[in-house]
Amino acid sequence: MTTQTAENVKLFNSGHTACAGCGLALAARLVLQATGPKVIVVNATGCLEVFTTRSPQTAWGIPWIHSLFENQAAVATGVEAALRALGRGDEARVIAWGGDGASADIGFGGISGMWERYDDVLYICYDNEAYMNTGIQRSGLTPFKGHTSTSPAGKVSLGNMKQKKNIPAIAVAHGLPYVATATVAYPKDLERKVKKAMEVRGPRYLQILVPCPLGWGHATSDTISMSKLAVETGLNPLFEYIDGKLATAMTVKQKPVEEYLKPQSRFKHLFRDAAGAEQIKLIQEIANSNFAKFKVEAVK
Amino acid sequence: MKKVTEGLKAVAESVALCRPDVISAYPITPQTHIVEELAQIVADGKLKCEFINVESEFSAASTVLGASAAGARAYTATSSQGLLLMMEVLYNMAGMRLPVVITDANRAVSAPINIWSDWQDAITVRDAGLIMMYAEDNQDCCDMHYQAFKIAEDPEVQLPVMVNMDGFILTHAFDPIDFPSQADIDKYLPKFKPLDFLSANNPRSFGLMGGPDRYLETRYAMAETFKSITPVILKAADDFKKMFGRYSGGMIEEYRMEDAETVLVSMGSTISDLKEAVDTMREKGKKIGVLKIRILRPYPAAEIKQALSRCKRVICVEKAISLGGPGILAAELKSAIYSNANKPEVSNFIIGLGGRDVKQDHIFELVEKAEKGVCETEFIGLDMKLVEEMDK
Ligand SMILES: Cc1ncc(C[n+]2csc(CCOP(=O)(O)OP(=O)(O)O)c2C)c(N)n1
Ligand code: SF4
Ligand SMILES: [Mg+2]
Repeated sequence: MTTQTAENVKLFNSGHTACAGCGLALAARLVLQATGPKVIVVNATGCLEVFTTRSPQTAWGIPWIHSLFENQAAVATGVEAALRALGRGDEARVIAWGGDGASADIGFGGISGMWERYDDVLYICYDNEAYMNTGIQRSGLTPFKGHTSTSPAGKVSLGNMKQKKNIPAIAVAHGLPYVATATVAYPKDLERKVKKAMEVRGPRYLQILVPCPLGWGHATSDTISMSKLAVETGLNPLFEYIDGKLATAMTVKQKPVEEYLKPQSRFKHLFRDAAGAEQIKLIQEIANSNFAKFKVEAVK
Repeated sequence: MKKVTEGLKAVAESVALCRPDVISAYPITPQTHIVEELAQIVADGKLKCEFINVESEFSAASTVLGASAAGARAYTATSSQGLLLMMEVLYNMAGMRLPVVITDANRAVSAPINIWSDWQDAITVRDAGLIMMYAEDNQDCCDMHYQAFKIAEDPEVQLPVMVNMDGFILTHAFDPIDFPSQADIDKYLPKFKPLDFLSANNPRSFGLMGGPDRYLETRYAMAETFKSITPVILKAADDFKKMFGRYSGGMIEEYRMEDAETVLVSMGSTISDLKEAVDTMREKGKKIGVLKIRILRPYPAAEIKQALSRCKRVICVEKAISLGGPGILAAELKSAIYSNANKPEVSNFIIGLGGRDVKQDHIFELVEKAEKGVCETEFIGLDMKLVEEMDK
């Protein structure tokens, strides 16, 4: 966990209503700790927006705007354009952020448009792998075979049929100068990546995996260990692409995917019978291929 | 300076005179020439402004929303399907009290897809919290834009304003337009001074959740604002007249209504057709006049009630329809005049949908029908042979 400095307490204040052990609240604080106060944040509808603002209260110590579930990118474009038009370009940098639903699904068209325009906006996707704010429905970033309320495991189904949509690859394909993944178990890495992203001009993309005890069904005290295991199993590799080239990938001691899946009730249907075991094998293959793809040396 | 100009280009030039800081719009017929012309004006260096190309009207509206929240004067334009795609953003923009100006080139809504004029598009957003102005001709339309920014940005108002112009009938018509000078417009419309905006120097949160404990009061505050907008609209027109010598204003306009027993009520360019028909009917001795609704929101109920306090018959001529519901203009009008002692009959007719020509004979026909008895959402100008064919 991070230490709370006076500064980060001021930029992201406590007293919000996130669930205990919420990885999202932790990530938002870490991000602002890295950016400092000279930012304007555009927040899509979702858990983070709801648990930090309940009129007239706000947890935010930075200028912050929430408009809709799916327009965060275009609103950020407008803010950034206004700062330039009004000669206030040095006042602040613009950040847009949203959940995996806002980013990979409903708001994706707007994000693609913003990337193509090459706007000077850092886009952050807080990936808790489902629509948590509305009660754990699947998104384009829900993992393969994960149970959600709209991809339920049942007699003839073993959960979500699709693999995670590869947004970082799509970001790279847009020609972004900086694309990275991070997660809360590695706060130094996360802060370094935010700082790096802030040094770059133009569109940048950061995808942060944020465990959600409520939606994933793990103990509230396991948030950090789930985040860590997601990386160690290879299911959520941490990497950076700079100017379209793989620049860094975090090296880890590879662990079997079961260690990550088992403590989470969203995967419990995979541990019942042979059919489930087959699926775990497929999940292991996804992890292995990630290791190969990002040339991560799996330290045995 | 008078210059023969196409309606859309005239609007673009007028908007440029208002010096918006940020423009974002997306092409759609019949609005497209506005975005093209503004792009050119910016490209030619005649206007210092951020012109943002986006991938949809939804993002165009969102971009100007963000720009306005950051303290910029912001403008967008659209039509029909594009306006419907903006709908969610428009409600949000109004709720956040952002004074964006929007031009809508009024066009029919699909299906069937149809690029021609009626009012259906803008009518669907009338409850969103926008001030809604309807232009009768292109000079009126240009003058509305200068006033629209002034009204929107008034500290007492702080709401988006939509200027409506009938697709093709106005958008593509060439008329001599009197453009004010830049210096005069700069005097009439000084730099935008937002009350509150996104700034790192004063970090505040915008767009907070308002639960059942606050939402009602927030909407009440908006409703109250709408009650006090009329004087601001009237003043914008008075100030405009002082500066430029012509009056383009008013919530409503009365035409030959002094002794009128029958009053035709409508909006937009249809008013010109009705005025022409009224002149003809007057020559034949009919006591008839026209009432123009110039501002649809805030709805000028008191002005309408007063204007219709002497007539016997009111006929609403409407270019939009609430399918399965009553005539849209008629329903609102009836509630406005409910307590009038003269108790006029109110008929309403649906006319000109999807760009169907409104002929003078159509207007004579609907007046004749209404004189025989009250008509409710009756269609005028139908091709009955086609209707029968479609039935089969
Ligand atoms: C247009 C629209 N559709 C649906 C919703 C309902 N809705 C609000 S938040 C949300 C899910 C958010 O999911 P995500 O972006 O992953 O954020 P999270 O809450 O998981 O952090 C949904 C479906 C909405 N507000 N607007
Ligand atoms: S549901 Fe999940 S993401 Fe939302 S506040 Fe709770 S723990 Fe955080
Ligand atoms: Mg989510």
